[in-house]
Amino acid sequence: MNLSVNWLNDFVDIKTDPKDFADRMTMSGSKVEMFDNIKNHISGVVVGKITKIERHPNAEKLVICQVDVGSESKQIITGADNVFEGAVVPVCLDGAVLPDGKTIKKGKLRGELSEGMLCSLGELGLTAHNFPNAVEDGIFIIDFPVEIGQNITDALQLNDDVFEFEITPNRPDCLSVIGLAREVAATYRLPFKNRTPKFSSDKGDSIENYLSVEIKNAELCPRYTARVAKNIKIEASPLWLRNRLHACGVRPINNIVDITNYVMLEYGQPMHAFDYTCLDGKAIVVRNADDNEIFMTLDNQQRKLDSSMLVIADAHKSVGIAGVMGGANSEITENTETVVFESANFNGANVRRTSKKLGMRTDASSKFEKGLDPCMTMSALDRACELVELLGAGEIADGVIDINMDNRTRRTIKLEPDWVNKFLGTDISAEFMVSALRSLQFEVDNELNVTVPSFRDDASEKADLAEEIVRLYGYNEIPSTLVNMETTQGMLTKEQSLMKNISQSLIAQGASEICTYSFVSPKIYDKLHYPENDIRRDSVVISNPLGEDTSIMRTTSMASMLSALALNYNNRNEAVCMFEPATVYIKREGTDVLPEEKVEFCIGAYGGGQDFFTIKGIVQQTLELAGVYGCKYIPQTDNPTFHPGRTADIVKDDSVIGIVGEIHPNVCSEFGIGEKTYVAVLDFNVICANSVTEKSYKPLPKFPATTRDIAVVCKKDISVAQIEDIITENSGNILESVKLFDVYSGEQIPSDCVSLAFALAYRADDRTLSDEEIDAKMKKIIKALTKIGASIRS
Amino acid sequence: MKDTLERIRTCAKELADSCSELKTLDDIRVRFLGKKGELTSVLRGMGALSADERPIIGALANEVRADIENAISTKKKMLSDAAAQIKLKAEKIDVTMPGKAKKLGKKHPLTQVLDEIKDIFIGMGFQIASGPEVEYDSYNFEKLNMPKDHPARDTQDTFYITENILLRTQTSPVQVRVMENSTLPIKIIAPGRVYRSDEVDATHSPLFHQIEGLVIDRNIRMSDLKGTLDLFAKRLYGKDTVTRFRPHHFSFTEPSAEMDICCFSCGGKGCRLCKGEGWIEILGAGMVHPKVLRNCNIDPDVYSGFAFGMGLERIVMRRYNINDLRLLFENDQRFLNQF
Repeated sequence: MNLSVNWLNDFVDIKTDPKDFADRMTMSGSKVEMFDNIKNHISGVVVGKITKIERHPNAEKLVICQVDVGSESKQIITGADNVFEGAVVPVCLDGAVLPDGKTIKKGKLRGELSEGMLCSLGELGLTAHNFPNAVEDGIFIIDFPVEIGQNITDALQLNDDVFEFEITPNRPDCLSVIGLAREVAATYRLPFKNRTPKFSSDKGDSIENYLSVEIKNAELCPRYTARVAKNIKIEASPLWLRNRLHACGVRPINNIVDITNYVMLEYGQPMHAFDYTCLDGKAIVVRNADDNEIFMTLDNQQRKLDSSMLVIADAHKSVGIAGVMGGANSEITENTETVVFESANFNGANVRRTSKKLGMRTDASSKFEKGLDPCMTMSALDRACELVELLGAGEIADGVIDINMDNRTRRTIKLEPDWVNKFLGTDISAEFMVSALRSLQFEVDNELNVTVPSFRDDASEKADLAEEIVRLYGYNEIPSTLVNMETTQGMLTKEQSLMKNISQSLIAQGASEICTYSFVSPKIYDKLHYPENDIRRDSVVISNPLGEDTSIMRTTSMASMLSALALNYNNRNEAVCMFEPATVYIKREGTDVLPEEKVEFCIGAYGGGQDFFTIKGIVQQTLELAGVYGCKYIPQTDNPTFHPGRTADIVKDDSVIGIVGEIHPNVCSEFGIGEKTYVAVLDFNVICANSVTEKSYKPLPKFPATTRDIAVVCKKDISVAQIEDIITENSGNILESVKLFDVYSGEQIPSDCVSLAFALAYRADDRTLSDEEIDAKMKKIIKALTKIGASIRS
Repeated sequence: MKDTLERIRTCAKELADSCSELKTLDDIRVRFLGKKGELTSVLRGMGALSADERPIIGALANEVRADIENAISTKKKMLSDAAAQIKLKAEKIDVTMPGKAKKLGKKHPLTQVLDEIKDIFIGMGFQIASGPEVEYDSYNFEKLNMPKDHPARDTQDTFYITENILLRTQTSPVQVRVMENSTLPIKIIAPGRVYRSDEVDATHSPLFHQIEGLVIDRNIRMSDLKGTLDLFAKRLYGKDTVTRFRPHHFSFTEPSAEMDICCFSCGGKGCRLCKGEGWIEILGAGMVHPKVLRNCNIDPDVYSGFAFGMGLERIVMRRYNINDLRLLFENDQRFLNQF
């Protein structure tokens, strides 16, 4: 909402430094976003009068003008063809600055001196809407009385400080000059100049002769007020009015339309003017639209209405969408002779729904949707009539039609000064509280009953009064205290700590944390080669997404990881290892049921010599740190996303913790990664469920360990885990550790076999083990190994 | 005999002094002090001396032995020290060569700052709460005093799943869930992802992070809100940070405020960073609206509280001078490595 200080001064006498004004208004609750004055952008431009025009000797299209700029005469060359001797024009003197930042310097044009420039409307940052008699493609000829030599911003009455306010949705009353003036008056404790519009009407010609109004849906239209103006003369509005509209960012059109806009800006009450001759049956009926009714609005767009929407109609047809936009069929034109001014109140929620459905948010709808005060329809309407008279735009028919079904009563709230101070932590006097509320036009009686003004529907209980008081008292006057309450323990829960520790472990092992979008494209499931009917394709779908790429909530974190890896690959990052604690969203059965949200740790890597075992190592260390011991890695051969021979399910007892493997080369190419890529996914919930964090001390060994190395030659399809299991099973409880330390194939080993060398350590708690004891174990092991076709390499 | 001893002393000391190898030094020791050494031989002849001479010569002989031993050990130390020096010199390495480090990963900048913020609040006795991102309309809006068709909803363009389920536009629904499910008093923060239907550009993202805070107990005052958040700002931005509170509006707080900090770039004079205002908006806050308390079955006549919310991305971007929000979600390793 823009506020012109010239306009503001109609209601509050205030002269102030703009920066100081902006600060004070911001601190009392009306935030100033920015402020400006066009005079700050135009300098060195004055009013001049062309006294003589001669042809330029060296250029056919240029003329040389002698221009009287008050104190002296300047020679200025122009190429415009609409200048004439005697024309009054804006003149840029040497060094002048224009709103687009351009500086004008004197100089020679084709050998002749030009001491400045004559300017057009556009060069002054204006349009023909501001000055309807001027042309846009030539020099701006000033056709109204101004003083020669006068500064152009003064001459055009543009010297005005304009403030842009951020108005929060709870304060629609402040979407108006009057509303902001009330705030200014309260902030500065200045009187608010309340004025009642005055005009005369043609006593002999009653509105009854013209119009009847009927409201068919009082819930959606609590009040409808109308007057008729006749003998209308459509013309441009006067300069002061056009300038005020311009300052508020509204385009001047003609006097009648400008008046409705002016009143909307001044009162915050949207108005509409109908061309009376277009209304059939001398009637206005406020009713619901018909389903599938087609209606052309003022902007010449066809709109399809439905019965939830409210329209203004005459006896036969709709002439406006209530609170949104009027119809093209009753628009004010140059030939309009009689108008009906509408000043009505419509249900905010309904206007909001209608404007959303139609996809048209107008100045009017954006005000109505916030809920306006039904009490202001009459004064706004009267103000419009006053302006008609003031502008000489027409005559007002006698009387008014005012159907008021508003049954709201004025709200009363008890002011409790002690409670207010206790709630705020302040020591504000009751006198201050009362005077603050009164300055905001709340009525306060001797018993401290506060009556809320009709335009403050937002204030409904004592906390609201506390806010009104404290914003005038000053938020910065509230002391800073620390909470005095029962001690609470600030700490992470077990799950939160575990999550943090897992991240730390991954970082310590060289993985960098990433952060990706939780919504993805449904195409990712194809890219991951999920089967057609895979349950993981069943995603939570966004009904109004920005685009397909962000239209569903992911059920897997893998696509996000692979996309991030692909970006790095395309950016030629050679070795990458990353992880994300990623939330995934799993649909649950039933309607209106929220999905399960769970966290997956997704780890991904390529390049730099990293292989399956690098990622497996990271996973193993991380699980150990998380207190998950004894996980098994079971080959997973038919997950279509992964390499069938290089993938394992990570299993702890009966639960699957996750998967680790090399991504299938076809999936890699779907994502555009040209290197072997490794991914592990760990389900955080399963980690939590299996995490053992209690630790207990075991005495350090007293007896030495005995070590044996054995090299097992076996077929390549026998896994290390199988052999380790055989060694463990046949060693009894004295086996301390078994470690694979060498893998060999080549000379001396059959080509379908491999030699696996293990270091075994045996130890007992209560004795030094004898060689015989160990030899017996080794024999058992070798015998068992033979059964699976393995032999011992000596 | 006395002369012989003196000769031995002089000779042995000279030999030891001029010796340049440990091995030769040992030979000298054997030659003079060994079982068959010169000094030992002289002492063996002591028996031939008179009783008067014996103690004198004996004392002299011990003195000579001590002298020779001293000379040898002094030299020995000198030589071994020199040898050690040579060895150390030979072992010299170029310490400017790179260390053998296991490469560390990086914590995402959003997590780094979030962890710092969490620590500040944990230090003040807050716990960390969370709630669903796919949320009911009623929790995201209605119970927060924003009924259907409330104009304040327009400031938060919403992604809907169904008519009643949406992607939360703010972390504030966690407030409601905590109030409904916890025992009083409450002192929590709730960080998390939120979603708004904004097209992606340098300053907008359809997904970003907020940190919500909520304190409820008897006698919680607006001055407590100021004190708590002022302390938070000083912990996050430095102890000289100046804050200011301005009136604002949120549907679920009354009175509502926004907290600005004095621009750390220009010190309040006004610059590009603070858009000439001298202040930078950090968070929104307010006293929990009595209607919201009632919606959560908490009696506003007995309990009061304050709530606040802030955007993580903006704090992170300002801290690290990141000018494009998209970088945070792109995950280029070269970007992540910088933090």
